[in-house]
Amino acid sequence: MTQVTQLQPRSTATFRALKCKECGAEYEPKAIHVCEFCFGPLEVAYDYSTLRRTVTRQSIQAGPHSIWRYRPFLPVETNQPIDVGTGLTPLVQAHRLARRLGLNKLYIKNDAVNMPTLSFKDRVVSVALTRARELGFSTVSCASTGNLANSTAAIAAHAGLDCCVFIPADLEAGKVMGTLIYSPTVMAVQGNYDQVNRLCSEVANTHGWGFVNINLRPYYSEGSKTLGYEVAEQLGWHLPDHIVAPLASGSLFTKIYKGFREFVEVGLVEDKPVRFSGAQAEGCSPIAQAYREGRDFVTPVKPNTIAKSIAIGNPADGVYAVDIARKTNGNIEAVTDAEIIDGIKLLAETEGIFTETAGGTTIAVLKKLVEAGKIDPDETTVVYITGNGLKTQEAVQGYIGEPLTIEPKLDSFERALERSRTLERLEWQQVLV
Amino acid sequence: MAVKVLIPTPLQKLTNNQATIECDGTTIAELLESLEQSCPGIKTRLCDESGELRRFVNFYVNSEDIRFLDGANTPLKDGDEVSIIPAIAGG
Repeated sequence: MTQVTQLQPRSTATFRALKCKECGAEYEPKAIHVCEFCFGPLEVAYDYSTLRRTVTRQSIQAGPHSIWRYRPFLPVETNQPIDVGTGLTPLVQAHRLARRLGLNKLYIKNDAVNMPTLSFKDRVVSVALTRARELGFSTVSCASTGNLANSTAAIAAHAGLDCCVFIPADLEAGKVMGTLIYSPTVMAVQGNYDQVNRLCSEVANTHGWGFVNINLRPYYSEGSKTLGYEVAEQLGWHLPDHIVAPLASGSLFTKIYKGFREFVEVGLVEDKPVRFSGAQAEGCSPIAQAYREGRDFVTPVKPNTIAKSIAIGNPADGVYAVDIARKTNGNIEAVTDAEIIDGIKLLAETEGIFTETAGGTTIAVLKKLVEAGKIDPDETTVVYITGNGLKTQEAVQGYIGEPLTIEPKLDSFERALERSRTLERLEWQQVLV
Repeated sequence: MAVKVLIPTPLQKLTNNQATIECDGTTIAELLESLEQSCPGIKTRLCDESGELRRFVNFYVNSEDIRFLDGANTPLKDGDEVSIIPAIAGG
């Protein structure tokens, strides 16, 4: 076992080591992500007694308007992290969606407007690149389904780090362009995400790069805890009763849980049971299948769904997600591509939030759980919307209306308005009125 | 009969820092035995107490996950490439 050395004396770090989630072996907090002994994933271990003494609600509220107000809970040593205004996204009470579904206390945590690249990935990347810089990396990289590539390229540009990202070759155009604009090197791999991921695991240690979701993964994934902290703070320092979140690798789900537990542990919120429910697309639902069949292992699948951002057939944290859903009395459900599109539209039409396919999946699963009586109408329920619909426009093309084309004349407008009110949408779509 | 095996960084201490080694075996199970011969101790890293592959270890034969093939009984032939990948990440 590697001996754990002390961090720099000047450091303000509150974490002390990396610890194997399976066998408990501890390692120095370097750029490693797997246990040498059992191959289990490594996780950052903190000194909670210090945090309990030093962190208060007031000290957090006095911090920056970003995820860095929770810096003592994040695995970086510096007091000058890369802060591009990531986090503190709106927690919106969703009155109209709630009424439509028959719920009373529904909230949307809206990371579709997270900064700078409009997905929750900006949280994990801000943490990963801050740590990458501390560990001396000058080039950062990632295996991505799109959102992570956007975020890594953008924040690397801001921080002046070189960047090389790997994506599946068939990604949505918006996600490719939203990466290329920052001028990283982009490798479009002819294969699915799991193949991209395997390739990156093979590449990871050959060029001395910091791969945010491979050798920096223990630090990177901690960034998702801020989705738990923010919801607790935004609910007036209370935990919700039930959360619904998308499941890809399962990491986000487990880190929201860890975030809530840490706030309880250090005395920032009162302890109470929170139910955790996860959402997958049927075309890639290895975690939902394991949950449904009562298994404690996840069998990989080959993805086939429009929800590309969550299409991970071999999810690294799948077993931990299953475990959390079970022990919190939650659920894991899967929905079809058609239901995902309806979910995107339902959220847009009721709350004015345009989410991508992962968000559509989450809303569709919320609806399915409500209809099955698996969400109590009086539970304070928080739904995590993690990405922006403008990046996946292909998904809804052909499923939404079209503009009424008119001449620049009052009577043309009046006629069009009349038709729009009296005719079915399909009838007027085709016609120049 | 030779099969090329890609060794992940955490196991390279057992392979004299070699990232690839040549091994024999007509199945993954046989390959594991052959690996153990040339790199003593490696099998207990890859397999749990009951001899099953650990749940966080991924084996690929010519880029295909052996869980889509025949698991530990997946056949190997001359010139195949076997990749061992520890738990990986996400999105």
